[in-house]
Amino acid sequence: MTWSATARGAHQPDNTAFTQQRLPAWQPLLSASIALPLFFCAGLAFIGLGLGLYYSSNGIKELEYDYTGDPGTGNCSVCAAAGQGRAPPPRCSCAWYFSLPELFQGPVYLYYELTNFYQNNRRYGVSRDDAQLSGLQSSLRHPVNECYPYQYSAAGLPIAPCGAIANSLFNDSFSLWHQRLPGGPYVEVPLDRTGIAWWTDYHVKFRNPPLVNGSLALAFQGTAPPPNWHRPVYELSPDPNNTGFINQDFVVWMRTAALPTFRKLYARIRQGNYSAGLPRGTYRVNITYNYPVRSFGGHKLIIFSSISWMGGKNPFLGIAYLVVGSLCILMGFVMLVVYIRYQDQNDEDEDDE
Amino acid sequence: MQRVPSFPPASECAGEEKRVGTRTVFVGNHPVSETEAYIAQKFCDNRIVSSKYTLWNFLPKNLFEQFRRIANFYFLIIFLVQVTVDTPTSPVTSGLPLFFVITVTAIKQGYEDWLRHRADNEVNKSTVYIIENARRVRKESEKIKVGDVVEVQADETFPCDLILLSSCTIDGTCYVTTASLDGESNCKTHYAVRDTIELCTAESIDTLRAAIECEQPQPDLYKSLGPENLLLKGATLKNTRKIYGVAVYTGMETKMALNYQGKSQKRSAVEKSINAFLIVYLFILLTKAAVCTTLKYVWQSTPYNDEPWYNQKTQKERETLKVLKMFTDFLSFMVLFNFIIPVSMYVTVEMQKFLGSFFISWDKDFYDEEINEGALVNTSDLNEELGQVDYVFTDKTGTLTENSMEFIECCIDGHKYKGVTQEADGLSQTDGPLPYFDKADKNREELFLRALCLCHTVEIKTNDAVDGVTESAELTYMSSSPDEIALVKGAKRYGFTFVGMRNGHMRVENQRKEIEEYELLHTLNFDSVRRRMSVVVKTQSGDILLFCKGADSAVFPRVQNHEIELTKVHVERNAMDGYRTLCVAFKEIAPDDYERINRQLIEAKMALQDREEKMEKVFDEIETNMNLIGATAVEDKLQDQAAETIEALHAAGLKVWVLTGDKMETAKSTCYACRLFQTSTELLELTTKTIQESERKEDRLHELLIEYRKKLLHEFPKSTRSLRKAWTEHQEYGLIIDGSTLSLILNSSQDSGSNNYKSIFLQICMKCTAVLCCRMAPLQKAQIVRMVKNLKGSPITLSIGDGANDVSMILESHVGIGIKGKEGRQAARNSDYSVPKFKHLKKLLLAHGHLYYVRIAHLVQYFFYKNLCFILPQFLYQFFCGFSQQPLYDAAYLTMYNICFTSLPILAYSLLEQHINIDTLTSDPRLYMKISGNAMLQLGPFLYWTFLAAFEGTVFFFGTYFLFQTSSLEENAKVYGNWTFGTIVFTVLVFTVTLKLALDTRFWTWINHFVIWGSLAFYVFFSFFWGGIIWPFLKQQRMYFVFAQMLSSVSTWLAIVLLIFISLFPEILLIVLKNVRRRSARRNLSCKKASDSLSTRPSVRPLLLRTFSDESNIL
Repeated sequence: MTWSATARGAHQPDNTAFTQQRLPAWQPLLSASIALPLFFCAGLAFIGLGLGLYYSSNGIKELEYDYTGDPGTGNCSVCAAAGQGRAPPPRCSCAWYFSLPELFQGPVYLYYELTNFYQNNRRYGVSRDDAQLSGLQSSLRHPVNECYPYQYSAAGLPIAPCGAIANSLFNDSFSLWHQRLPGGPYVEVPLDRTGIAWWTDYHVKFRNPPLVNGSLALAFQGTAPPPNWHRPVYELSPDPNNTGFINQDFVVWMRTAALPTFRKLYARIRQGNYSAGLPRGTYRVNITYNYPVRSFGGHKLIIFSSISWMGGKNPFLGIAYLVVGSLCILMGFVMLVVYIRYQDQNDEDEDDE
Repeated sequence: MQRVPSFPPASECAGEEKRVGTRTVFVGNHPVSETEAYIAQKFCDNRIVSSKYTLWNFLPKNLFEQFRRIANFYFLIIFLVQVTVDTPTSPVTSGLPLFFVITVTAIKQGYEDWLRHRADNEVNKSTVYIIENARRVRKESEKIKVGDVVEVQADETFPCDLILLSSCTIDGTCYVTTASLDGESNCKTHYAVRDTIELCTAESIDTLRAAIECEQPQPDLYKSLGPENLLLKGATLKNTRKIYGVAVYTGMETKMALNYQGKSQKRSAVEKSINAFLIVYLFILLTKAAVCTTLKYVWQSTPYNDEPWYNQKTQKERETLKVLKMFTDFLSFMVLFNFIIPVSMYVTVEMQKFLGSFFISWDKDFYDEEINEGALVNTSDLNEELGQVDYVFTDKTGTLTENSMEFIECCIDGHKYKGVTQEADGLSQTDGPLPYFDKADKNREELFLRALCLCHTVEIKTNDAVDGVTESAELTYMSSSPDEIALVKGAKRYGFTFVGMRNGHMRVENQRKEIEEYELLHTLNFDSVRRRMSVVVKTQSGDILLFCKGADSAVFPRVQNHEIELTKVHVERNAMDGYRTLCVAFKEIAPDDYERINRQLIEAKMALQDREEKMEKVFDEIETNMNLIGATAVEDKLQDQAAETIEALHAAGLKVWVLTGDKMETAKSTCYACRLFQTSTELLELTTKTIQESERKEDRLHELLIEYRKKLLHEFPKSTRSLRKAWTEHQEYGLIIDGSTLSLILNSSQDSGSNNYKSIFLQICMKCTAVLCCRMAPLQKAQIVRMVKNLKGSPITLSIGDGANDVSMILESHVGIGIKGKEGRQAARNSDYSVPKFKHLKKLLLAHGHLYYVRIAHLVQYFFYKNLCFILPQFLYQFFCGFSQQPLYDAAYLTMYNICFTSLPILAYSLLEQHINIDTLTSDPRLYMKISGNAMLQLGPFLYWTFLAAFEGTVFFFGTYFLFQTSSLEENAKVYGNWTFGTIVFTVLVFTVTLKLALDTRFWTWINHFVIWGSLAFYVFFSFFWGGIIWPFLKQQRMYFVFAQMLSSVSTWLAIVLLIFISLFPEILLIVLKNVRRRSARRNLSCKKASDSLSTRPSVRPLLLRTFSDESNIL
């Protein structure tokens, strides 16, 4: 190998800072005198943040109810038993009653939670056609192979939306009723089913195919709904801005969860008297029990939760910050001791110099 | 050789009985006789091909070569698996980096091969003259065919292996040096085939009709150097105007080509470590894949986990054999985790080496004004090895010394003549009295000076054609030995000037400016066995004189005893001062005697068999009973700062061995002068002198070995670990051994005893601070290097030399360094690095080597670290996604991580980092010890990095995992999916590994700032960009707005900051602690050093008398 012979030749090397490896350089030394104040400052800041996070997390209220219907856990067990081993499970509804002694500070959000449901399974996760969901005509008629076995219906029609994710859309529905006074009438609490998905999702990523004669149903003509669905995709909601592929329930479901236990936003409660939260009183949640989870050992939960600046209830961040902050300060002290020890030795040496 | 038809077989090329493996060459390609059909034999042409590829085979051959590397092959397999099996990541993720690596390497190798092609062409297209149809025809060297008659002129190299037909000299001899073949630079005489001596013109040579029968080509250089009429390609014609020869072996069949071994691929210790790490990581990878596969099937044994209603299998999947499925699952996991072995590491390492080596050639400290050149890097693969050297083997002449001889003084009959202040050209000065200390007899003095003027093989090269006495000042002397020139110049200083040869007469201008002419009757050439040379001349008055000069040990036994004493004192003193000494003797030969001598000499010269032996015998007879006149002292000056360099190397814990062909006394004094031996060093000698005393050499050798070992073991009872420390406190030992003793040790007898000797010898060597091996043949030098190389713990060896005789050891050692010396460029060309001077070794090793090692070691560790960090969360994620090979990160991130996000900062680091200043490194050699023994790539540091990576990977994953234990991370309650999860982990990862590097960086140039902050900025920018567009070529828009959405959450920000901090916290802690300690340690060190340097500064000229006194009675 002789590249350098020709590259350099017999010339005198350039005398530049770069070639002589003498570029001006900052040579930081993380000495104790810098690091110690840093440790203490960081520690204090972390503890401060940790306290803030911890208290705001504690301030968040959550109310959850497992309505899977394990025997003897409430009236949903009837539905669970009825659905056992039958596919498709029969329509069934059940209810959950709860009472609030005081105002449930809002805004309140309604979540559902599934456990042991592997939305992050790879086979499941790839079984979708984003091109179809973005309203592309050709993809509507010819879903990608990844969707198989939910690519074409038994009749040979393309399934829209295709794939396992869409097919397993969560189809339990909830309605919330409020009894202001004991014995009084139940008033339905309005649930806002919009604004629950990412804005960019239902505005850009998910699009309905172009309307045919102003009708979405016609646009979907020649396609079949996923086998598990009771109604076609264009009938997901009566609201024309929330139906079809851009139905927000659907969009939320299509954003696959990271972990096998996950929550998804069902509705926001923010209208009328309920914008400040749920007032005290007795409540009833009517549950349309469709979704079978017991067959895979899962559970389903319904959750009312308020939200703070840091999101939902999660003591982890606060505690972690507190721990790290204290650790910082502790280490700062240890360091200080070590430093002072060495400093003593050094002082003697410095006298010599 | 056999001439057809008229001559009996002389069997010089081939044995009579070995007719099978022979070839017949027709001189001039003329058929020998019409009766015999001329059968055109197929011989290869005279092209030398050292290049590996041609335009056509480059692609397949290069690809084949590249995929022979385990790493590349592994990546190819991974890529193919990805293409064929249904895998979680797209083939692009591993295909693209692989393609990049292969392309870059191919370009580099293609370029190198192109350079080789060019070098080949230079040789192949050089002009040669061929006699065709009685005319000189100019041709390109590659066109020579076997059988062509080639004309070669003085100082040209032979274009192929030739049989010497005739030369321009009457006796059909020519002089040849084979320096480039075997390293011997002296002239060898070759003789023309006797029957063709007279054919010395183009016309006459063309009339020759002959055939030569000779052996098929075979590589044995030493066996075949014998035939005195075979001239080898690569050798150079000297002192002969021109010769004619017939080509017998051409091109790749020449002895040189058959002996040419492509430079062996030297691999550095770091590269070996990389391979070791690779195996560890491969093991980790396989374990991970196996664990995941096993757990997957355990997990799937629950039916609803295997196939829940929402995630049904396809028909095909159900029908596949379980074993096959398990296998593909295993492969899939491997593909998913394959990033743990980084493709890009090889690119980065190659780039680091390639670019980094420029800093050596750029260094202006290596620039030498005399030769107007700086350092040269011939291979960039070994940069870091320079920081790992344990043993330094150095040549003496030309390496430690300047190899420019200077006449210092002489002694005539025991009277010392020294120091003519005026320079040689001041001829007028010579009339005046010279500042002699005291004078010898005038006649003796003149005799001595005449001897100097006559007894040599110096030739004169006049600058222009005018040949006259007036030009004498302009004379340039030419000789194969610089000593001779020094001597002739020395004589000139005292008034006797050799002005050249005319008609076989040597002309000498004496002090009175008269020309004296001497007829040169015979020259008894120098050889290394006799170690002397003589001339027989006839004076104008008709006296026949023999002048002889040679090494003291070669001359003293051949002169009258009573003359020796006085001179001997001088010789010894001179030798102690490090001068090269020669003794001069003469004798008068009576005319009758001369007749006999003359006859014997001619007889011997003409002898066909055993010519060498016969001549030697005659020489031996002639050179007896001489009279000693005096001795000369020539200084071979030490190179600038040679001593300081050796001291620094010693201080750096290196063991310096001097391997020289020179004689022991001179070498020893040089070693003292350059402080290889200190005054306090106790010398152990294993030389012919110490051994020859007794009857049986081997017994004596055995005794000595045992004795020395006992001595040393007693001194250093502990293992080698404490050795370094011991050196500073205990008695130092030096070992001297010479070539013949060494061969006695190495090959004494083939029984078990020899092996034993060798191991004892090595034990002794390892305990000595310095070893001097003198009287070494080139091959022996390599032998020693190989021996040390194979020691326990395989120490890293470095050889440095300047001459062709050092090539073998340069090629043998781990790192070969050539000095661009006076003895040609042979060494520099075969070396891995070449520098102008020995002193440059100091900076090359202490600063460059140290830095390169630290840089590349850090680079390697960092690469494995960052990829373990990268892949561990992906592995952990499998536990939460049903072992379904779901990738945690998006494919773009998987691909870009090593290529874009984290590659440049480490590359900049590995090129620019100076954890310690260059000046500090050169001034404090002890720092070199810190990295010896591949310290940064040992198990300890490796485990540290691995655990750090494991810790960080766990923090990344579980930090994010716990963060996700909530309904929402946003204040608008919206929910994140799995890609956000991965992106958070990835963001923390990129920032952590980059900031970890920032913490390690001690030398922040603007480039470091630029690439570190630039990489982070690029990551953020890229993520926005990647998530900001619906990419039409993607099947799934997984990352659409994920990054932007992620950053809209305060919790995520806080979590990212926290996780980065937690990951770096141990590292910061460690650094601070280390700095506290280092500062105090350094302060202690500097105090100690100051006191050290005051107390124990070794003197420049050590006292030598103790060691020499016991030797003087051995002679």
